[in-house]
Amino acid sequence: MSPAPNPAPQRPGAAAKTPGRLRSSGSLRRRLALQLVGSAAILASVLFFAVLGFARDLSQRSHDSILFASATSILDSVTVQGGEVTLDIPYAALSMLGNISDDRVFYRVTLDDTLLTGYPDLPVQATPPKGVPITDRRQGEPSFLTTRYRDSSLRMVTLSRLMALQEGAREISISVAQTRDGQAAELAALTRSALQLGVGFFLISALLALWTAQWSIRPLDVLTGVVSRRGPKDLRPVRHAVPTEMLPLVHSLNRFIERLRISLTRSEDFIAEAAHRVRTPLATVRTQAEITLRRVDKPENRTSLREMIRAIDESSRAAGQLLDHAMVTFRTDSLERKPVELSALVAELVDRLRPVAELKDIDLCCHTRNVPALPGDAILIQNAVRNILDNAIKYSAAESRVDVTVHQTALDAVVTVTDAAGGFPDPDTTALTERFVRGSNSVGTIGSGLGLTIAREVAEAHGGQLDISPSDTGAGACVSLAFPLQ
Amino acid sequence: MRFSRVPFAIAALFWAVFSIKATGAGSDVGYEVEAQRQFGTPNPASVELQILSTTDTALLAPLIESFLQSHSDVVIDYSELSSAELMKAVLSQDTTSSDGFDLAISSAMDLQVKLANDGFTRKHSSGVRALMPGWSNWRDHVFAFSQEPATILLSRAAFADLPQPKSRQNLIELMRRHPDRFRGRIGTYDAGTSGLGYLFATQDARSSDSFWRLMELFGSLDLRLYCCSGAMIEDVASGKLVMAYNVLGSYAQARRDLVEKILILEPEDYTNMMLRSAVILKTSSEPDLAGLFVDHLLEAAWGDDADDLTSGYPFRHYPVRSSGESAPYRPIQLGPGLMVYLDRLKRAKFLREWHSTVEQN
Ligand SMILES: Nc1ncnc2c1ncn2[C@@H]1O[C@H](COP(=O)(O)OP(=O)(O)O)[C@@H](O)[C@H]1O
Repeated sequence: MSPAPNPAPQRPGAAAKTPGRLRSSGSLRRRLALQLVGSAAILASVLFFAVLGFARDLSQRSHDSILFASATSILDSVTVQGGEVTLDIPYAALSMLGNISDDRVFYRVTLDDTLLTGYPDLPVQATPPKGVPITDRRQGEPSFLTTRYRDSSLRMVTLSRLMALQEGAREISISVAQTRDGQAAELAALTRSALQLGVGFFLISALLALWTAQWSIRPLDVLTGVVSRRGPKDLRPVRHAVPTEMLPLVHSLNRFIERLRISLTRSEDFIAEAAHRVRTPLATVRTQAEITLRRVDKPENRTSLREMIRAIDESSRAAGQLLDHAMVTFRTDSLERKPVELSALVAELVDRLRPVAELKDIDLCCHTRNVPALPGDAILIQNAVRNILDNAIKYSAAESRVDVTVHQTALDAVVTVTDAAGGFPDPDTTALTERFVRGSNSVGTIGSGLGLTIAREVAEAHGGQLDISPSDTGAGACVSLAFPLQ
Repeated sequence: MRFSRVPFAIAALFWAVFSIKATGAGSDVGYEVEAQRQFGTPNPASVELQILSTTDTALLAPLIESFLQSHSDVVIDYSELSSAELMKAVLSQDTTSSDGFDLAISSAMDLQVKLANDGFTRKHSSGVRALMPGWSNWRDHVFAFSQEPATILLSRAAFADLPQPKSRQNLIELMRRHPDRFRGRIGTYDAGTSGLGYLFATQDARSSDSFWRLMELFGSLDLRLYCCSGAMIEDVASGKLVMAYNVLGSYAQARRDLVEKILILEPEDYTNMMLRSAVILKTSSEPDLAGLFVDHLLEAAWGDDADDLTSGYPFRHYPVRSSGESAPYRPIQLGPGLMVYLDRLKRAKFLREWHSTVEQN
């Protein structure tokens, strides 16, 4: 009969050992954070360029409108006196340009192609083309041009208007230009501000992104906690509320737990069934053998019947211990801890075994002190203590003495069984705690070599240990089981 | 109208100012230096700073000497000339070369602005900038280092029995009441020949409506026109003139010997302040040294210990006011606005109007 498949969900401690086997495909949180921060960076740069473009456009437009106002005020000062076109440039026309920035200012006024005043070498507006009739050009509409002049970048506006003179209509055109150093400085400042805005936006978004990533992953962490905190035998379905996206996962998990629960129940039933099926017929056979023993008188028949009863006892005990061992293996795999009152448990056990001891006139002395309840499986502990006590009685000579004590050390509750049975045959006692190993002094004693194995496995499952040492007097052995109190 | 007019010669010069770039930078225009003086003792290691200036050599000499005290290796070649000649001298130079004149110091604010605007000057980031009022610096190219008022000079003798006028309005009333006393004895700059006179006249015309009324009154009282402040001061002191209008206050104040004879009036309605300014020329071979010299001028003018007499600063320190206050002192604004009056057509139109107002007979 094989033990049931490991039914316990991973314990938190055990999870640390698994990554070697479980491959990680990267952190979901990191991936989410990276994607969010990445989109924040894209948005921030889009914002930066949008603000910059907008500011650039606005600054250009306001600069243009001042140039336009300047050119308009010059155009308005144009008059015809005595058939001559003349103009009186208002002070404000140029001073208004000086007010917005410390830039250099140039202007030119031409009548058709002849220069009236200003800088003759100022670049000429390429459009509108000369071939187009004057009337087709848009009158009074400014045309703007960015060009180079005298080693500087220049923004120029040109306005033209038709003047009715004696010799016919002539076109007067006015250009006002300003260097763009101030505008460039302003743009640099705007760029800095836009950059600060972009960086600030990015930083805030990145912080929010990290927070969001952390927050979105939280339900997973919570679920992990809920599942790993469960007791080893807790096979109830997960009822914790989870986000919609995680519902399928939890559904599958619950279905898996359910299948596990069913298969576990089946194995437990199977163990119980097997124990029942083996023990009951053996008991019947033994009863029959005893009845027969009473009926036969022939000494050789009686001897072989006694042999038979002994063999039956042996196999019954072996079957019992095998089942016990299987049960212990199964229960330790899914150790379920409940407060165990060790003193009461030992006292009850001693009472139960006293008749067996009295058969051999063995004095069974029990000294229990009150120790705090320890977390553990009462059935397992009882099984372990009984096996040790059994051994002590089994290997003791008649009319000897067995002492059982329960006491408390700094961390543990300890059960000690001291006998005067001559001690262990071998100083290396660890081998005797292996399965089916028996000592040289066991000849003639019923046993299967599983008793100490069960005791050790139970102690270790509880985080405690089995200790074997010679007794103080040297007349026997002192076997102790220690269980941690926490 | 006793003074010969040469408006067309000046107009021709301004035409040259505009067209010189077009006709070619190499064209050589001769210019006339009134006086030349070398400061400092030359030695093999010395560097030379060539300064073009409209300011009297004697007036600026102490300031130059105090500069040389801390820069013993420097020799300053100081050429004194009129503002129009200064303009010619700068324009005649090949702008691409770098062994021409280093500095131009001029009272002709409009021409200094034009030099900076048209690219004949160099930028100088002055360490003194923090001390200066904003209006005394244009583009870090033109640096003003004095405030000199356009004053009205009165003869103490002639005004002995008259109430002392305080404003132009007072003056107009006095002239209306006593026309005979003023007739033929009022002087002012000839705006057509004197750059400074033109600057004061145009700023007056911009500042106040009463300017043309005043000019008309002057015209009806036989105005005499002068080339320069010096001659007007002499004539007021000698009693040839009762009053001279728009005389450069700094020159009048400098004549301590005439304190008994002349009265300097800074009109209360408004007093235009001419800013003498320095620019570092593109052609400078020693721009850093020129910058140091400019800083020296600025420190003397605007520095905290401006009253320190050792600097040799020859001008009066007027309180520095922000433009918002309604003080009578109005510093003429450096900036492209000044170039409006250099416009050929604008200038011709203004002078035509001015002449027809002041020359009534
Ligand atoms: N109290 C004891 N005194 C002496 N020897 C003992 C005692 N308990 C166990 N042993 C030795 O340890 C061996 C293993 O013990 P155990 O696993 O209980 O198997 P068994 O069924 O043979 O008793 C025994 O065969 C015996 O040699």
